[in-house]
Amino acid sequence: MRNRSGGLYTAPVTVWITVFFVVPLAIVVLYSFLEKGLYGGVRYRFSLDAYRALANPLIIRVAWTTFRIALVSTIGTVLLALPAAYYIARSSRRTMLLVLIIVPFWTNFLIRVYAWMAILGTNGFLNSILLSLGIIGEPVRFLYNQWAVIVVLIYTSLPFAILPLYASIEKFDFTLIEAARDLGASRFAAIVRIMIPNIRAGIVTAILFTFIPNFGEYAVPQLVGGRDSFMIGNVIARELTVTRNWPLAAAMALIITVITAGGMVVYSAANRTRGRGSGRRV
Amino acid sequence: MYQTPAIAGSPVLTVRKNVLTVRRNVLTHQRKRDILVDVAPGRPNTRRRQSGKLKGSEVRIDGVDKAFGEFPALIDVSLTVKKGEFFSLLGPSGCGKTTLLRIIAGFETPDVGSVLIDDVDILPIPPNRRHVNTVFQSYALFPHLSVFENIAFPLRLRGLGEKVVTQRVESYIELVRLHGQARKMPSQISGGQKQRVAIARALINEPDVLLLDEPLSALDAKLRQQLLIELDTIHDSVGVTFIYVTHDQQEALSVSDRVAVMNLGRVLQIGAPFEIYEQPADEFVANFIGDTNIQPAVVTSVEGELSRLDAEGLGPVVVTCDVPPEPGHTVRHTIRPEKIRISKKRPEGLAPNTNILQGLVDERIYSGFQSKFFVELPSGYVIKAFQQHARFLDDGPEIEWKDPVWVWWNANDGYVVTPRGGDE
Repeated sequence: MRNRSGGLYTAPVTVWITVFFVVPLAIVVLYSFLEKGLYGGVRYRFSLDAYRALANPLIIRVAWTTFRIALVSTIGTVLLALPAAYYIARSSRRTMLLVLIIVPFWTNFLIRVYAWMAILGTNGFLNSILLSLGIIGEPVRFLYNQWAVIVVLIYTSLPFAILPLYASIEKFDFTLIEAARDLGASRFAAIVRIMIPNIRAGIVTAILFTFIPNFGEYAVPQLVGGRDSFMIGNVIARELTVTRNWPLAAAMALIITVITAGGMVVYSAANRTRGRGSGRRV
Repeated sequence: MYQTPAIAGSPVLTVRKNVLTVRRNVLTHQRKRDILVDVAPGRPNTRRRQSGKLKGSEVRIDGVDKAFGEFPALIDVSLTVKKGEFFSLLGPSGCGKTTLLRIIAGFETPDVGSVLIDDVDILPIPPNRRHVNTVFQSYALFPHLSVFENIAFPLRLRGLGEKVVTQRVESYIELVRLHGQARKMPSQISGGQKQRVAIARALINEPDVLLLDEPLSALDAKLRQQLLIELDTIHDSVGVTFIYVTHDQQEALSVSDRVAVMNLGRVLQIGAPFEIYEQPADEFVANFIGDTNIQPAVVTSVEGELSRLDAEGLGPVVVTCDVPPEPGHTVRHTIRPEKIRISKKRPEGLAPNTNILQGLVDERIYSGFQSKFFVELPSGYVIKAFQQHARFLDDGPEIEWKDPVWVWWNANDGYVVTPRGGDE
């Protein structure tokens, strides 16, 4: 009885996920093992061409760039998010601060990226300030390179890192910090040895919530990136729309999915060990 | 109908008892205190002093004020904790005792005043560099570390070698009797065991002073009693200065060498447990420690150490005082319920300076080792008298509800205290 009604409750979600996730994923897997059609599409004949094409040094270089951008932006995001989340969790006005973190979501993502272009552009806000202060003599080209991509990616991911970090810091018992200080730990040692291990789940979540979307990012490098910041997402789009090699695009998409799934495995492993802790030798 | 004081009349009592009675009657407060000191040698602190290995430090707190916003948490607090002493800060919640502890630990800074440990001003020293360790009320064990690693934490911070760490941790596991628990995580052990881990962890650095912030408040009554005795034993064996914060007077009285009673940010009295109990400094202390009958009273006359008062609800009473009160002043008269005798028959052969009153039993509460009687006097005042039970001594006929009874006590057992302390 309980099982039957359980099945009933989950049926809509099951149908939804099957139609909109499992089926498209199956199509992606299928396409990646087919021959490419002459003008896009696929020919229904088994082929490993797409996977052979992945070995192309150009694609490997893009993958490496993508990984580097995702990694640097993740590190930057978490390093910025940690103190912010700490401050919010310790603040008496945490509700207001949390709302402020969420407010940017009310604005369309693309508009926020365009706002960054207005800030970083050659005639943008930043350049006008630096010019008027006499720090630079002529406008600097901030846009259309890897650093612009990283800066904007950090901006877009910050809330996704701050929120899980806030949630775990808020639950953290700060008496433990006092206990550590009391037992001889410096402020820094207390945070590194006591606080960080106890908010590990939040940190792992923040890293995954930042790294995974950033690794598959398409719009940001398209808008503010340049030749040096071509990411896998952009290559997939090009293969789909310009070069029209659908099996290759499918194979690349699959690789991203595998990496993402790998991240989730790491995440759940970290969550499993959280309760047991890391008791060293006795 | 009552009369005070009644003077002993016929010598009906045995000779032996008469001698005792007479002896008791000539005692003044000064003598009373001598007797109390005589009683003291049985106490653990004396045993400790004889062992002669006091490693701890002296803590001197001088004129400390601390306010949180508008709220004054500590007002002009001065006290000195002696080397190796088991010193308790006792008071109701919000009296400032925990704030004082946190100042000594280094988590709060006083607005005014100084804190010296062995004559060194410790206020500029951050908590991690003070030779002071704390046992927290919530234990504050590190949840991600095993029992062993929790205790080892201070040693790991100092980067000691594995061999030294293992040896030291094992000796402290021995001290707090946690054999076989070392590998467990804090979530896998009981409250009492957690408390032991917290104590071992706080002692492993061999601090000069150990601060204990209501360490037993989260445990059940039986375990509390047991751990209290263990704490006393640990104090004897390590010999460091203990400063123990509690709101539980039983805890404070049973293990402390000295107790500071606090209320509303002030220290009202500092003394050995028997001094706190037998010679309360003011109305608050008398009320907070133990059970007592306390009434406003006007001093009518003073003859040497004997004062005559007109106490509200009791009428005229006599009481002996070290420092005689000023005639005409309003003071508080207090008498502990266990020092009041109760009987259905009017007692005979009472010593001089005995206060005797008559009343009706309003309530009787049987509590095993004693009975508590609430006796309503003709004035309407209800006085408490506790009677210890002994099966083969004659307590007279059983006293029941609504029985007319006599209650009496000696002037030496009453006290005069100043009106309520700490909350003007």
